[in-house]
Amino acid sequence: MAERVGVFVCHCGSNIAGTVDIEAVVRHAKGLAGVVVAQEFKYMCSDTGQGMIKKAIKDSGLTRVVVAACSPTLHEPTFRRACGDAGMNAFLFQMANIREQCSWVTEDRGEATAKAKRIVTAAVRRVVNHEPLQIKEAPVTPAVMVVGGGITGIEAALRVADSGKKVYLVEKEPTLGGMMARFDKTFPTLDCAACILTPKMTEVKDHPNIELMTYCEVKEVSGYVGNFKVKVLEKPRYVIQGKCNNCGECAKVCPVVARDEFDCGLSTRRAIHIPFAQAVPSLYVLDPKSCLGLDPVRCTRCYDACEAKAIDYEMQPRTVELAVGAIILATGYELFDCSRVSEQYGYGRFPDVYTSLEFERLCHASGPTGGKIVRADGREPESIAILHCIGSRDEKHNDYCSRVCCMYSLKFAHLVKEKTQAKVTNFYIDMRAFGKGYEEFYRRCLHEGMDLVRGKGAEVTDVAESEGEAGKLVVRCEDTLLGGVRRIPADMVILSAGLSPRKETHELARAFGISRSRDGFFMERHPKLAPVATASDGIYVAGACQGPKDIPDCVAQGAAAAASAISLIDAGRIKLEPIAAEIDEKVCCGCRMCAALCPYNAIEFDPVKKKSRINEALCKGCGTCVAACPSGAARQKGFTDLQILSEIEGVLCVNL
Amino acid sequence: MSTFNPRIVGFVCRWCSSAGADLAGTSRVKYPPNITLVKVMCSGRVDAQHVMQAFRSGADGVLVSGCHPGDCHYIKGNYSMLRRYHLLKRMLKQMGIEEGRLRLEWISATEADKLKEVVEQMVETIRGLGPLKPAREKAHAKV
Repeated sequence: MAERVGVFVCHCGSNIAGTVDIEAVVRHAKGLAGVVVAQEFKYMCSDTGQGMIKKAIKDSGLTRVVVAACSPTLHEPTFRRACGDAGMNAFLFQMANIREQCSWVTEDRGEATAKAKRIVTAAVRRVVNHEPLQIKEAPVTPAVMVVGGGITGIEAALRVADSGKKVYLVEKEPTLGGMMARFDKTFPTLDCAACILTPKMTEVKDHPNIELMTYCEVKEVSGYVGNFKVKVLEKPRYVIQGKCNNCGECAKVCPVVARDEFDCGLSTRRAIHIPFAQAVPSLYVLDPKSCLGLDPVRCTRCYDACEAKAIDYEMQPRTVELAVGAIILATGYELFDCSRVSEQYGYGRFPDVYTSLEFERLCHASGPTGGKIVRADGREPESIAILHCIGSRDEKHNDYCSRVCCMYSLKFAHLVKEKTQAKVTNFYIDMRAFGKGYEEFYRRCLHEGMDLVRGKGAEVTDVAESEGEAGKLVVRCEDTLLGGVRRIPADMVILSAGLSPRKETHELARAFGISRSRDGFFMERHPKLAPVATASDGIYVAGACQGPKDIPDCVAQGAAAAASAISLIDAGRIKLEPIAAEIDEKVCCGCRMCAALCPYNAIEFDPVKKKSRINEALCKGCGTCVAACPSGAARQKGFTDLQILSEIEGVLCVNL
Repeated sequence: MSTFNPRIVGFVCRWCSSAGADLAGTSRVKYPPNITLVKVMCSGRVDAQHVMQAFRSGADGVLVSGCHPGDCHYIKGNYSMLRRYHLLKRMLKQMGIEEGRLRLEWISATEADKLKEVVEQMVETIRGLGPLKPAREKAHAKV
């Protein structure tokens, strides 16, 4: 029986219709073999549009449907559902992408229309060869792994755990807290960061559903949505959890003085140390890199001093295997590396040039100076310059705006005013005070009497050109309001560095099988409609690992990712695309070429029959075995040779 | 200047290159309309016979595009395609089909600009080569 195909062409407002002559495409579709209905509508994805499809399936007895609209990543599920609702098998549907891959990328209307015709023809030719498929279902492991123990990961872990599900919170540092733990006050409310963060850290530690895995790194991820297997490496901290009572006697006797990473190197710590007072878990860690020698010659002073006998030099790295249904990545950001602008802004050359994170530590009550804002030589500064947009909105570094720098720069100005008599000057390109209460905070800071210069700091130099500049740093900039170059002397310079993707983002993206955007951060499935989902089902991203974000947005995304993971798990079973490969036993010659290529070991060999067989549960549907099979015994559902070949012919049978 | 408008079939994998092509759309990056894309799950699914069929059905050029080495969503499907590509190049040579007509590229989900660049180059190259004429036809033309 000949198939009865219905073609539905979407205008997408003017997104498609603005460049593609929809009527011409519909007329063309009507002339294609098998097409019995060809209609157009302004918004095919709307209720009315979907209703048109359902009605046509019933009224005209359609057996195949093609919708020519946007990318299938956006609305393929929508239209499949519509087809299913009308009683048709959802896989007898094909989407023709005439928006992202046609109208939006083609200048000329005639050319775009011709291309749309080709795409529609290919889809019609293909859909005729579709076959009904059944969605596969698999059970879901009711556990979630959250990677990253900053504010985003903490929020996500707590929300999932509160719903009664098991959570593994994996953090690579020895403590929870992330970047936020290092901040002093948070804009615009000026809450102390520790006061709002540390109770949440404790809540994580005490939550019965959360297994906290600090000093751990994800090494390998396998499986699929609902059933991931993760290998996590636990690094040895040489201090036994449960025995260490946080008395600190070990650090008192440790002879090694090392750079304190938590304080950005502005202070020192011992080889055995606790990252900061409120660290969770409240547990010391021995840094093997700075320790005088775990082996063979040990100084053992800490061991001797430890009454609880909590120190174990023999501790080994350990691999833990986790089974989880969903994964939330909240791996955060790192500060733009200011040594890249050392020439221009003197960071690393002049001791009184600080990064913003270093300045956070200087302001912090438990920081290296106990919260006193002082210069490197201990004197109080008389003037401070704050340079916005370091590494951000800069073609040489990062194109994007880091979103938080304007506000934290204003916060710094406020803190300087509060704690010192110094004059503060902010050098900005544009003031971006976009959040709730931010504009009000900006105005409040203005009233506190800071100076603002509209123009990005061009250079920081110590070469004085006048008496007033002697012994000071000088910021050179173009004041775009005055329309001239200015030189402004300051005792101290703060570089408001932007947020960069973490160095390991690329490795992580590979391990989790997700993409990164052009800026290097993890890529979300859709910038507006799926901001915490990724192209890989069951893997979510939240917080600053997806792009620069302030704390409220991070918390909101953490909760959003948690909600997504919870709904995935609560569904109990997940639906899998039925695109697995299969091998026709009658045709298989038993050469086993396919098995060698399968990345998932999904192909088994029957030594008696001398035939290969695909384990559908393991097959992920890449189709590599199908392309390699010399006898044509392997086929991939949804991507059969016949379907692909007819699509190719469809593309080529329309003249340009 | 040649007014010849080459027809190119582009096989793109679902995870990287098709997503990159979608990004070209959302970023309104314009590229020549000569290419029409055919989506597969992985570049490893692209069979030599798909490429040959494209040429047989009238394509003047074929692009196969997958994830960058190491980034394949299916771990190593793109490497299978890479091996097949070398085989295909030899086959095409024997058939008298010029090398510039088949191209394998790694285009990630973020490389909309690379897609544009590759398509523009291909159109240019194939314009220079002229319409595809199989070896037999060329042999006849000489006589």
